[in-house]
Amino acid sequence: MSAAPILSVRDLRVGFATEGGLLQAVDRVSFDLSPGEVLAIVGESGSGKSVTAQTMIGLTRSKNARIEGSAKLDGEELLEADDAMMRRLRGERIGMVFQDPMTSFNPVYRIGNQIIEAIRAHEDVDKKQARQRVVELFDSVGIPNAANRVDNYPHEFSGGMRQRAMIAMALALAPEVLIADEPTTALDVTIQAQILRLLEQLNRERGLATILITHDLGVVAEVADRVLVMYAGKVVEEGTLDEIFYDPQHPYTWGLMGSLTRIDRPRPHRLPQIAGSPPSLLDLPKGCPFRPRCPHEFSKCPEYPGLEARLPEAPSHRDRCWLTPEQKREKRQVEGQIGLEAPAS
Amino acid sequence: MLRFIARRLVGMVLVLFVVSVIVFLVFNVIPNSPPAQRLAGKNATPALVKGIEKEWGFDKSLPEQYVTMMKKVFTGELIQYSPRVPVDDRIKEGIPATLSLSIGAGIIWLAFGLLLGYLAATHAGGWLDRGLTGLAVAGISIPVFLLAPVLIYFLTYKLEIFPNGGYVPWTEDPWEWLKHLILPWFTLAVLSIGFYSRVLRSNMLDVMNEDYVRTAHAKGLSERRVMMRHVLRNSLIPITTLFGLDFGATIAGTAIITEVLYNIEGIGLYAAESIGKLELPPIMGITLYGAFFVVLVNALVDIAYAYLDPRVRLGSTAR
Repeated sequence: MSAAPILSVRDLRVGFATEGGLLQAVDRVSFDLSPGEVLAIVGESGSGKSVTAQTMIGLTRSKNARIEGSAKLDGEELLEADDAMMRRLRGERIGMVFQDPMTSFNPVYRIGNQIIEAIRAHEDVDKKQARQRVVELFDSVGIPNAANRVDNYPHEFSGGMRQRAMIAMALALAPEVLIADEPTTALDVTIQAQILRLLEQLNRERGLATILITHDLGVVAEVADRVLVMYAGKVVEEGTLDEIFYDPQHPYTWGLMGSLTRIDRPRPHRLPQIAGSPPSLLDLPKGCPFRPRCPHEFSKCPEYPGLEARLPEAPSHRDRCWLTPEQKREKRQVEGQIGLEAPAS
Repeated sequence: MLRFIARRLVGMVLVLFVVSVIVFLVFNVIPNSPPAQRLAGKNATPALVKGIEKEWGFDKSLPEQYVTMMKKVFTGELIQYSPRVPVDDRIKEGIPATLSLSIGAGIIWLAFGLLLGYLAATHAGGWLDRGLTGLAVAGISIPVFLLAPVLIYFLTYKLEIFPNGGYVPWTEDPWEWLKHLILPWFTLAVLSIGFYSRVLRSNMLDVMNEDYVRTAHAKGLSERRVMMRHVLRNSLIPITTLFGLDFGATIAGTAIITEVLYNIEGIGLYAAESIGKLELPPIMGITLYGAFFVVLVNALVDIAYAYLDPRVRLGSTAR
């Protein structure tokens, strides 16, 4: 983890011009990612986590997109890469695994051919060699009977197998960075665990730098080294896995933790949730964006808090909340565990 | 795949049987007047009517009448009575002209429809897209009976580029065949070019939002390859269905107006003449001929469909 970062993002802003005005989907996000590290980006739908990741490989580029800041891959600026260079980066240096393996393969082509297509777009190899590589990749991601499965169509694969094939495709060109956008969300729980173990194993074996995007803190706890919590396009808290799980500083993180159902606790009468819904990105509240949903709001909140280390003993643990560490320690206790208490009304 | 084709062919025979029964009912049973009188045509002598009544077995039961009619159709004994010409011969004579016209027009409208639709979709929102939209709407709105006289007036009478109607068989003179057919082809194709380009454009814009297109981009494929192999290919599936229906219908009857306007001696012109003279046997024959082509083309399209979309081959279970 001490290695120099392979991916370095600074003050990334991504906005989309809409009829209602500029929609700031990502607002000043910064992070570093080192080889062999798993960075989890956590947040609700619409928090900007997917947009952040897709911007790395230029998938958010469009006429109405406004992208600012900097994202450097091994010193090379990604945000200014031209189309040809971006095309070379995609797959070859940054691989991507998408959320829904059901719809992420083209239904009319054989899975093997879709991966061969990816290999041959970057390397001058003939079809036979590429196919051999796909068989090896299928073996390494745990697809049984790989030599035959290569010739199957997507609809002949189960969801878990498709996600394995998706991971095989993302790794086909041995990229340095792997972006997994909700890789387990569309899978059932037993398969989720298998896929996570696979990602972890690949990460360890190949020294991949991995960005894992998810809304599931259970997934984060399994594999992440560091965690970025996003809300309304902004990072509201960041730290190591232990810092986030054992000493969360932002009320939104408490809310996420509180909404986890745990097998080792008595079953709650109602599943806990964070009251209210995320704000419209076109009409953000002044100051802290979480303010309208936060039961601990006080006079300081209309002022926008900076992302700062507020605990002297943990300089890498930063958050955007005005409460003092002592207040936080006290307020986050709900019925003997970390959570966000229900609003007064 | 073979089983799929076999299943489709059996279905085709069943549909044709149902169509023939309907034709029989419509022509010989439902109208409330003696069928022999109507089959004989205008100005028929009583002796002819008597003969037809016996020949077609109108005094027997309905199933027997149906069998007699089908026997006539299959053995080529379906005859128009004034003048006495076998319907079969006239249809056979007309087929080359009608197929030349329809197949040529089909190729033209598919080629231009796809090209213009592809360009509009890849430049969506730009000036090219807007221009093509205007053209397409114009093409769809101009009726054939207006377009054909305008083309004939300017290109044939004024500029004398094209011959004035008629049909020259391919075997006689390929160059003349082509010259005689260019205007009819475009006349017949214009509406469909406009229509297909609009349908393809909107299909492609839908497909562009599919997850697998995002995957294709993320693999680092070139924009062109993503468009051709992933977007266009998947957008062609609904176009195939549409083409099957339209092409079958063109052979079976849409070409009537074009054949009449350009005086092409095909089946459409024969149908128009027969309708004008109230000759029932030819109309009966042409209806069955048309049904045969519609059903045949649709069966072929279904087979093509299974080739384009592997999920179809398995039946309905696959997603």
